[in-house]
Amino acid sequence: MEHIPILKMGAFLLASIQVDMHDQLALKLQDDLTERIVRDRARGVLIDISTLDVVDSFIGRMIASIAGMARVLDAETVVVGMRPSVAITLVELGLPLEGVYTALNVEKGMALLRDRVTERS
Amino acid sequence: MNRLESFSLSLRAAEDIVRMRQTVREQATRLGFSLVDQTKIVTAASELARNTILYGGGGDVLVEALNERRKGLRLTFIDKGPGIADIALALQDGYTTGGGLGLGLGGAKRLSNEFDIHTRPGEGTRVTITRWG
Repeated sequence: MEHIPILKMGAFLLASIQVDMHDQLALKLQDDLTERIVRDRARGVLIDISTLDVVDSFIGRMIASIAGMARVLDAETVVVGMRPSVAITLVELGLPLEGVYTALNVEKGMALLRDRVTERS
Repeated sequence: MNRLESFSLSLRAAEDIVRMRQTVREQATRLGFSLVDQTKIVTAASELARNTILYGGGGDVLVEALNERRKGLRLTFIDKGPGIADIALALQDGYTTGGGLGLGLGGAKRLSNEFDIHTRPGEGTRVTITRWG
């Protein structure tokens, strides 16, 4: 089955979404990421959505629930690379992704994760 | 009304949503929509297509490229599902009869320039959205 690759970078996991997400793929990512957080004892998760030209309420909810699940598993989540047109649309849709950390790119996202994790430990 | 092009797409399974999004994107690009306008209509379409499949038991979407004073894209989602008993309630953010967030209908309305819904319990639902470029 098709899946989104998850890379381990030190204490963090990086999931870079490179395809148009269908619903099953979004749910699979949620399962895979939570499993990997536990298996790799990850402290943080970066989700790169820079190639996504659409984030609807289903994908948005999946992102918010990954962040929620990760927090329960003692890991922080940062969403990086959201396109401006996607940000405008998400807010108008009514899904401002409150409680989800965001950063402009992977580098800034990593820095944010490091800060968050140091603060927590 | 000057119609440049019109065709129907079938919406039966979740995979059809991705295919429809790509088609709507292509049409919006061809009509010269800005990136934000493209994203809004594609996102609205995604919400409504999911409703058609999840709540309407599947259906079709009619895609119409319009050329009036401005160029526009009109999408009509048609299903023969159970219909919606209370439209005002269904349009409220957070109201859902499924497991979703309850943003689909209200969100799609906000993302469109024109929004129209016809529904009758037991007979199905028809939602039309138009976005002008």
